[in-house]
Amino acid sequence: MLTSERPVLKGKRNRLDKPELLAPAGNLEKLKFAIHYGADAVYIGGQKYGLRSNADNFSFEEMREGVEFAKKYGAKVFVATNIYAHNEDIEGIEEYLRNLEEVGISAIIAADPVIIETAQRVAPRLEVHVSTQQSIMNWQTVKFWKEEGAPRVVLARETSLQEIYEMKQHVDIEIEAFIHGAMCSSYSGRCVLSNHFTDRDSNRGGCCQSCRWKYDLFEDGRPDLDEIMSEEEAAQHPVLEQFKVGITQLPLFKQEDNQFSMGSKDLCMIEHLPDLIEVGVDSFKIEGRMKSIHYVATVVNVYRQVIDSYMADPENYVLKPEWIEEINKAANRPLNTGFFYDTPDHEDHIYEPEEKAAPYDFAGLVLDYEAETGMATIQQRNHFKPGQVVEFFGPNGTFFKQTVEEIWDESGVLLDAARHPLQRIRMKVEQPVQYFDMMRKKNGK
Amino acid sequence: MSKKPELLVTAGSIPQLQKFIAAGADAVIIGEQKYGMRLPGEFKIENIREAVSIAKQAGVKIYVAVNNIMDNQLLEELPAYLAEVQQAGADAIVFGDPSVLMIVREAAPDLKLHWNAEMTSTNYRTAAYWAKRGAKRIVAARELNMEQVIEMKEHLPNMEVEVQVHGMTNIYHSKRNLVKSYMSHQNERNHASEDVHSQDVSKDRGLFLIEQERQDEKYPIYEDINGTHIMSSDDICMIENIHELLEGQIDSLKIEGLMKSDVYNETAIRAYRQAIDAYIADPENYTFQDEWLEAIQQVQDPERELTFGFFFKEQVY
Repeated sequence: MLTSERPVLKGKRNRLDKPELLAPAGNLEKLKFAIHYGADAVYIGGQKYGLRSNADNFSFEEMREGVEFAKKYGAKVFVATNIYAHNEDIEGIEEYLRNLEEVGISAIIAADPVIIETAQRVAPRLEVHVSTQQSIMNWQTVKFWKEEGAPRVVLARETSLQEIYEMKQHVDIEIEAFIHGAMCSSYSGRCVLSNHFTDRDSNRGGCCQSCRWKYDLFEDGRPDLDEIMSEEEAAQHPVLEQFKVGITQLPLFKQEDNQFSMGSKDLCMIEHLPDLIEVGVDSFKIEGRMKSIHYVATVVNVYRQVIDSYMADPENYVLKPEWIEEINKAANRPLNTGFFYDTPDHEDHIYEPEEKAAPYDFAGLVLDYEAETGMATIQQRNHFKPGQVVEFFGPNGTFFKQTVEEIWDESGVLLDAARHPLQRIRMKVEQPVQYFDMMRKKNGK
Repeated sequence: MSKKPELLVTAGSIPQLQKFIAAGADAVIIGEQKYGMRLPGEFKIENIREAVSIAKQAGVKIYVAVNNIMDNQLLEELPAYLAEVQQAGADAIVFGDPSVLMIVREAAPDLKLHWNAEMTSTNYRTAAYWAKRGAKRIVAARELNMEQVIEMKEHLPNMEVEVQVHGMTNIYHSKRNLVKSYMSHQNERNHASEDVHSQDVSKDRGLFLIEQERQDEKYPIYEDINGTHIMSSDDICMIENIHELLEGQIDSLKIEGLMKSDVYNETAIRAYRQAIDAYIADPENYTFQDEWLEAIQQVQDPERELTFGFFFKEQVY
């Protein structure tokens, strides 16, 4: 679980500008929720050059609509163009980046210099943020990218708080750091497990998460060739025979042991945001373009409250237990603090079989509310029925629980359950709600 | 007569260096794990000096690996280290992290630079980007295919292109201590009190992973001060197709010597030496000789397949 606060950075302060909350948006609807629930900026994927080839990525038209929506909130839209390009990907980069600039995208997140350089040349209004795929771990490298014209770097997930503090001391640049979500357990980009296991190119969006598979660990019990024969002997003898000396495969596990895995627990810095703010992180990034609307809204909502609460009065800031409770409702893996305080050890990895489902799910979206009658119109997002306990929540931490009583369809027919996706349901709610509020229920009930 | 490409190998000690030069290497990569990644052995600065003097006499080049992902702490030592490497007479350094470029400009401006970002050196435009910033060579990612590698060279007439032709490749690098973490987890669960920290998890231990549905594939895994490394279950072997790379004017052909016996590496070096020399002597009438491959097969671990790596593979994404 989450570790307790460690006062390693007391007295160290880089700056106290209000940091940006940056959220993932896998599609247009998620973009709207992320922004409505408090993101200052969202990052999305387009049809090309992004690392989530399986996500339902944005068309330019959808990007335009997303940018329009974001503008109303004063929020920005970034596009991940974070692949490592192969020769055949080069043609088309210029046109793609010009299109991004034209539809009003504020920044691209790029790792490959061919994309970085092309953006600077053909789409100068696009900011270039250097991706975590560049594994930026030290201040000289930060300085290099600053001199190359990047206003922002996204740090490697292996960077500690102390190191971020030092980077900010040496270089005046925006620093973006992941604060929440799933993590590559390798240095980002330094993993081609998918290429080897499934012929899918991980650095062009084909990652099949082989790091989360289970493996058996063995030791080779055979002696080294050099120990058993000289070069002259090797030239004269059938060497292959020598490979039969010793046992090839000694298991380093017992039958009842959990198997080996590289899979990491998910990152969660909810309890430590003040540390991150004080070392000078400018943008707090939440991972998860493939995650659900419920996940994005819940996580963004909580971090929004934490940041606002801390910035309003840093001296008297206290972490509210209900924030942690909220975060846990969307978590589908155990959480930890990554490399910020120290190198992860066995407690930070997942060896047990994984419980994939989050404890809560999105049951319905509030479309409308009549104050006189207390009746809400709710768009069904998952099966729910009378008698179930549901929670309503909205931006700024509004929250209440109630039991679902009678429910009707739009034409006033009483229903035994809300079965149909996107069906409009009417029901009585115990407190006022508004458009964009969400109704969730516990999974498996 | 074509220009003569370089046969490059890695070495972990002075005796290895001498053996590999004798077997026919034109250039050797050495280094210290504090600064360089996945090296077969340690060369402190005084060993680097000795290596340079041995190599110079044989007309062989020495490249020093400074290709770690650097952290702030290492930055303090890098300027002095790079100055010493320059002074030692190394023919080039291999780098991936831009901090090395920044420091070389100040501390060792005469050092020749080879850019190697491992899996992420994937196109000619990016190679040209690093060339503009001082790199003389690009080390192509091992996940590229033949066409991509040849095309890369066509676009980079003034930059050397290095390609790995033999041996294992790294397929995963983490800063985490994954083997020790797993052993700690086992201990905790079994209420065992073994001291995990005394366990050998280095490359000498011969640890490997097997994935449930791929029982024939053994993926070596080890830890060092740079974290955990997982290696390919197969060894690239391009000797049958070496002429394609030579025709494509590839400048340097690398044999990765990591986690192989000296006997093995010498055999591989000799085989490639013969193939390259035969091609260079008469490209028109060059024919591949089965005995070159057979010599390698003689010393090849039967548990590890010889393959073409990604040279003739189609990947999707």
